[in-house]
Amino acid sequence: MKDSNKKKLKLKVSAIKDGTVIDHIPASNLFDVINILGLNKIENQITFGTNLESEKLGSKAIIKVSDKFFADDEINKIALIAPHAKLNIINDYVVTEKKIVEIPDSVQGIVKCFNPKCITNNEKIITKFKVIDKSPLALKCCYCEKITDKDHLQII
Amino acid sequence: MSKKDLISITDYTKDDYLRIMDLAAEFEKNPNQDLLKGKVVASLFFEPSTRTRLSFETAISRLGGRIIGIADPGSSSVTKGETLHDTIRMVSNYADLIVMRHPLEGAARYAAEVASIPVINAGDGANQHPTQTLLDMYSILKTQGRLDNINIFMVGDLKYGRTVHSLLMAMSEFDNQIFNFIAPEELLMPEEYKMHLREKGIKYYEHREFTDIINAADIIYMTRVQKERFSDPIEYEKVKNVYILREKMLRNTKPNVRVLHPLPRVNEIHTDVDKSEKAYYFDQALNGVFTREAIIAHTLNLK
Repeated sequence: MKDSNKKKLKLKVSAIKDGTVIDHIPASNLFDVINILGLNKIENQITFGTNLESEKLGSKAIIKVSDKFFADDEINKIALIAPHAKLNIINDYVVTEKKIVEIPDSVQGIVKCFNPKCITNNEKIITKFKVIDKSPLALKCCYCEKITDKDHLQII
Repeated sequence: MSKKDLISITDYTKDDYLRIMDLAAEFEKNPNQDLLKGKVVASLFFEPSTRTRLSFETAISRLGGRIIGIADPGSSSVTKGETLHDTIRMVSNYADLIVMRHPLEGAARYAAEVASIPVINAGDGANQHPTQTLLDMYSILKTQGRLDNINIFMVGDLKYGRTVHSLLMAMSEFDNQIFNFIAPEELLMPEEYKMHLREKGIKYYEHREFTDIINAADIIYMTRVQKERFSDPIEYEKVKNVYILREKMLRNTKPNVRVLHPLPRVNEIHTDVDKSEKAYYFDQALNGVFTREAIIAHTLNLK
């Protein structure tokens, strides 16, 4: 059997009737994506696979959430750690829409400010950043005004 | 109308800068005006800073206001573990204005979010100290008669020195400036500020040597290399004595040049400069009172 056909067959096994499939997540960031989207706190049926082979990412993860459709600003939160993520919106086993994620212009409460002297690291405050560069990623803290870049990015 | 906080120098527009300059000149002519009569100003110094605190408290007193506050963080509720959030909420109910110095960066912006009354940032760690910048600008205006067409030399710690960063941002709003940076390799002006100048089409030059290149200057802005900004004490020892201004170095400079320094100095300006008419740093400190009167009046819409 051809590889692509094998893949299709495998995917069919865990296909969902209605909901969202999030594909092309870097395997190492799967659990951060789950946290950011709050998938650990909802009752929906969720299946995920990780350390799957990917030409683009080396190893990728995939999440399938039944009966869940994300708003754009909700899903764009994961763009910081899964910039190549692709969404398939499924209705009655059929892909009815495809979406890509987009890095938002501002980020609230997901990322930790890398500056240890920032007030947000010393008092209970929800962090807030302005995205000053999308590639390579650079976030300016709205409080201490320091820039957290991709290499120092830490998810709360 | 939303409240007028002053947290970062870029919270103000060019028009605001000019308005503060006008008001400061007015307060210099007539420093005692009862504009704050019946008002209470909270002076919250979570980190000791005698110079800035006295300057603010003089400004408030000359405006006829009353002061409540924290001068010694060691004896305040902070040592009991009260959060900044709770302190600010409480003080918001007591006072009409908060003047705040805090060791953590971003503390002033956060306080402004929490407070129902305006907040003036009197320094938040290594981040911002906007009233210093406005008094620096007022000193430049007074000594040069203009805020555009200035050749500014910034000397010393250009990497960690918040005063030079804020002054650069504010002065870049005015036309035909030239910036010259004199700093050791370890303390260069950060790229983001140079990029800002490039984007605005403003010329700047970088130098490692402190030589007769200063003869072209209108303003020489000296800074202290602060030990507490270094994580590695060896790095500090390497650079602390690199750039020292002496009187003889000023002999061939322009007659209008003035030496500014945010004070306190350590040894970067030799005491033999003090008697030179080009030394302006002590007058600069006095300008701080007039500028702070102007900022308070502007913030509370008293003028």
